[in-house]
Amino acid sequence: MRDEPAGTVIIGLEIHTQLNTASKLFCGCSTDYRTDGPNTHVCPICMGLPGSLPRMNRRAVEFALRVAKALHCEVLEEAEFARKNYFYPDLPKGFQITMYDRPLGVQGYLDIEGDDGEKRIRITRIHLEEDPGRLVHKGGGDRPKYSLVDYNRSGIPLLEIVTEPDLRSPREARRLINTLRSTLEYLRVFDGDKEGSLRVDANISITGYSRVEIKNISSFKGVEKALTFEITRQRNLIRRGQTIERETRHFLETRGITTSARGKEVEHDYRYFPEPDLRPLRVKDWVEDIDLPELPAARRERFVAEYGISINHARTLTGEFKLADFYEQVAHIGPVLAATWVADILLGELNYRDMSIGSVPVPPFIDLLTLVMERSITDKGAVEVLRVMLDQAAHHEMVDSPSTIVGRLNLGRTSGDEFIPLAREVIDSYQPAVEDYRRGKKGALNFLIGQVMKKVGGKADPRELGKIIESLIAESSPGA
Amino acid sequence: MIERKDVEHIAELADIGITGEEIEEFTHQFNAILEYFDILDQVPEGTEGGTVIYNVLREDEITPSLPLHEAIGNAHSCEEEFIRAPRVM
Amino acid sequence: MATDDPLNAFITRCHIPPSGEGRLSGLTIAVKDNISTRGVQTTCGSQILKGYVPPYDAFAVERLKAEGATIIGKTNMDEFGMGNTTENSAYGPALNPVDPTRVPGGSSGGSGAAVGAGMIPLALGTDTGGSIRCPAAFCGIVGLKPTYGRVSRYGLIAYANSLEQIGPMARTVGEVSLLMSVISAYDPRDSTAQSRPFDHTPSSDVGGCRIGVVEEFFGEGVDHRVASTVFSAIERLEELGAEIVSCSMPSMRYALAAYYTTCMSEASSNLARYDGIRYGLASDDRKQWHHAFQEERQQGFGKEVRRRIMLGTFALSTGYYGKYYVKAQMARANVRADFARLFSDVDLLAGPTMPTTAFHLGEKSDPLSSYLADILTVPANLAGVPAISVPCGTVERLPVGLQLMGRHFEDERVVDAAFAFERVVS
Repeated sequence: MRDEPAGTVIIGLEIHTQLNTASKLFCGCSTDYRTDGPNTHVCPICMGLPGSLPRMNRRAVEFALRVAKALHCEVLEEAEFARKNYFYPDLPKGFQITMYDRPLGVQGYLDIEGDDGEKRIRITRIHLEEDPGRLVHKGGGDRPKYSLVDYNRSGIPLLEIVTEPDLRSPREARRLINTLRSTLEYLRVFDGDKEGSLRVDANISITGYSRVEIKNISSFKGVEKALTFEITRQRNLIRRGQTIERETRHFLETRGITTSARGKEVEHDYRYFPEPDLRPLRVKDWVEDIDLPELPAARRERFVAEYGISINHARTLTGEFKLADFYEQVAHIGPVLAATWVADILLGELNYRDMSIGSVPVPPFIDLLTLVMERSITDKGAVEVLRVMLDQAAHHEMVDSPSTIVGRLNLGRTSGDEFIPLAREVIDSYQPAVEDYRRGKKGALNFLIGQVMKKVGGKADPRELGKIIESLIAESSPGA
Repeated sequence: MIERKDVEHIAELADIGITGEEIEEFTHQFNAILEYFDILDQVPEGTEGGTVIYNVLREDEITPSLPLHEAIGNAHSCEEEFIRAPRVM
Repeated sequence: MATDDPLNAFITRCHIPPSGEGRLSGLTIAVKDNISTRGVQTTCGSQILKGYVPPYDAFAVERLKAEGATIIGKTNMDEFGMGNTTENSAYGPALNPVDPTRVPGGSSGGSGAAVGAGMIPLALGTDTGGSIRCPAAFCGIVGLKPTYGRVSRYGLIAYANSLEQIGPMARTVGEVSLLMSVISAYDPRDSTAQSRPFDHTPSSDVGGCRIGVVEEFFGEGVDHRVASTVFSAIERLEELGAEIVSCSMPSMRYALAAYYTTCMSEASSNLARYDGIRYGLASDDRKQWHHAFQEERQQGFGKEVRRRIMLGTFALSTGYYGKYYVKAQMARANVRADFARLFSDVDLLAGPTMPTTAFHLGEKSDPLSSYLADILTVPANLAGVPAISVPCGTVERLPVGLQLMGRHFEDERVVDAAFAFERVVS
């Protein structure tokens, strides 16, 4: 890092993601707590009642090992849980069970789309730990009088992934997070749609100056925002000749700023030691037996090779495994057409409605693509049909078949012959343009197509109209 | 050799209240105890422990949580379904 | 002190009926107050847990109820198990049934006193560094610390997780064996437990059994009258056909320091949960968190507990972890290796349980001198091997205990030798 040019931004991330197991890391309480009241998903173990003992969740370990393998980590012979001792009301045992000197994976990497092309980000380590509970501060804004605690979140399995300081911009940080999210979702270990399922701490410095840690970034979008704010803040200080303090700052999501934790973070002494209530893990053989699913990068390459679609379409389609799965179910209608429709049109419509791909029914979409492929509907008409379908899906209504919608909205493409009289009228009315066309001005044809299109209200394929007009002009050609 | 300030520091690290009188008393006692513990410096290294058991795991199955009245039943102060705690800021 | 409890053996009296019928039907039992009982206050002898009512039963308690026992009380103990006199109880000391001016031993002193006085036939104790065997020896009863992993710790309020076990206490080896067979079923909720049920009827045949007499168990600090009482007990075993060989355990030098470093370190972490928020002595939620927490711990914990939390915190802290905690684990490995070496030659090891007879109340006011009295019991906890204390005579009318230790999961052999001995002396 020392040989980076002055002023370079250096970023490393510590990413905590909740693993989507059915039960908590050390007890059988359900992890599906978000819609239930406080303290309804707790038991003696996750409440830290005296005498309770933790029991390790096999699937949580399996999920973590999947990630270790996907991130090309070295998996050591043995891993072990340790106690991290610190005192806080949301930490019911007065220590957190985590991993310390024997994590599940070390020295891995993840390739991302960097600012200057493909870039390899090194992963320092990954390990499992338990989530603490949740605190609500009560009374008087900046000066809370007391706290309220909900232990439902206590014991949810967290995977901590630590990167080396290889990121050089907030955008690269965002890309890393996005690529990681995509990878974790492909591995079926993570659901990024759940609130609070991802939390990030970032270390950021500008070469030659002190390092600052930003804690508590709790959303995907927050990472780029927090880092961008922090860089501006640090650059301004440097410009004014002030010093950058080595400190911990908190990101305030709602205001988009970071604020100093004001030195209250004294150097912690966590007094780690091996958790005596759990046995160590032997995971080397285990991880070798894990078969990974196809991951985003491989799937992207395959989409290009197998379906002959553009790399940009392939990247978009494989960014989310559910989207890629959807595409693969409709690609047989026509891979290139389907790619355009899914990646460009459908995704845009979904984003506009804040809907996810999971809510789009496959069979009607296949029917719609078939209508487009058969040219029995125009692109414009098909988009209208799609919108009706999505509105129905958004309201949890039965989605009508596209041909029904076409009929109802009278969107069917009129057959070519019907346009002949209209085309004749246009040719008769715009003789100067016809002359221009005869003299080789291509733009004249487009003008004539436009005039016919106006008369049919857009319900025609421009290419087909062009052919009709060209043949009519040829028929009436003075030389014919 | 442990001094008063060391005992104060340990109390702070342990986040535990201690009176001035106790600091005096503990300083004296800690010295005697830690001096006795110095024998550990003579332990030869490299002895292997006994057989260790690995990978004791449970399946990812949901078991019933406590009913709310039992979950918060031992807490002295609750507000709705939350448990009250001192402020942290 | 209740009039019907002149020895202050109980913290809470209760009547927990059985849930089934079985090997303990018709029997009453007392349970040490660090073992969770659903619906009945469980204090660990501490002010900080006063009024805490567990919403669940410890595994051992489930077993007692299922096998027909009626639980009639929660017994007095040194706070969180930290002591060998029961004087460190927030509920006043328990007294020795043989001589009420003396301590019953600890930390399971209430269980020892109640059984010794004949108030109940059976009791559960827990043993982290001798807490079953010491009161058994001082009160003249039998107490077994099982092999580590043989009895589930689920519901046992942790003091030092890697060392402690729940175990039976009774007047006879037969009753201890019976109670052991009830509590030793496998329980997956304790990840350190193993499926090694104790399903055994004691046999008094010790013919051909090789018993090692560890010379360090008769060394400095051991009362010579206690030593000679135990020697004659060992001679009785020889007369019964056992083969006696003398042997040495050099790791005894570090054992006590390794034990205290380990248990204090684990305790410093285990006891961090008592913040007065979810249960126990209420913390003051008008105060800032750290102030409230410090005050809670100052008011809720006794001096010895705070001493051990502080020393354990120190032993784990940056700069000292290597010197104390890591070295203690190496010493522990040495102790285990010593046992393994000895048990490749002999079947059992024998020696006194305690270096002296029961102390006078107030005699062990200095912490270190109190710790030193555990020197003969801690090796079995460090190694996780089974150890029993069986009465083997008296010194000035005060009971002396013979300690027998065996290989891992050979609790049966330990029980048999004690049974054989008990048969000849009674």
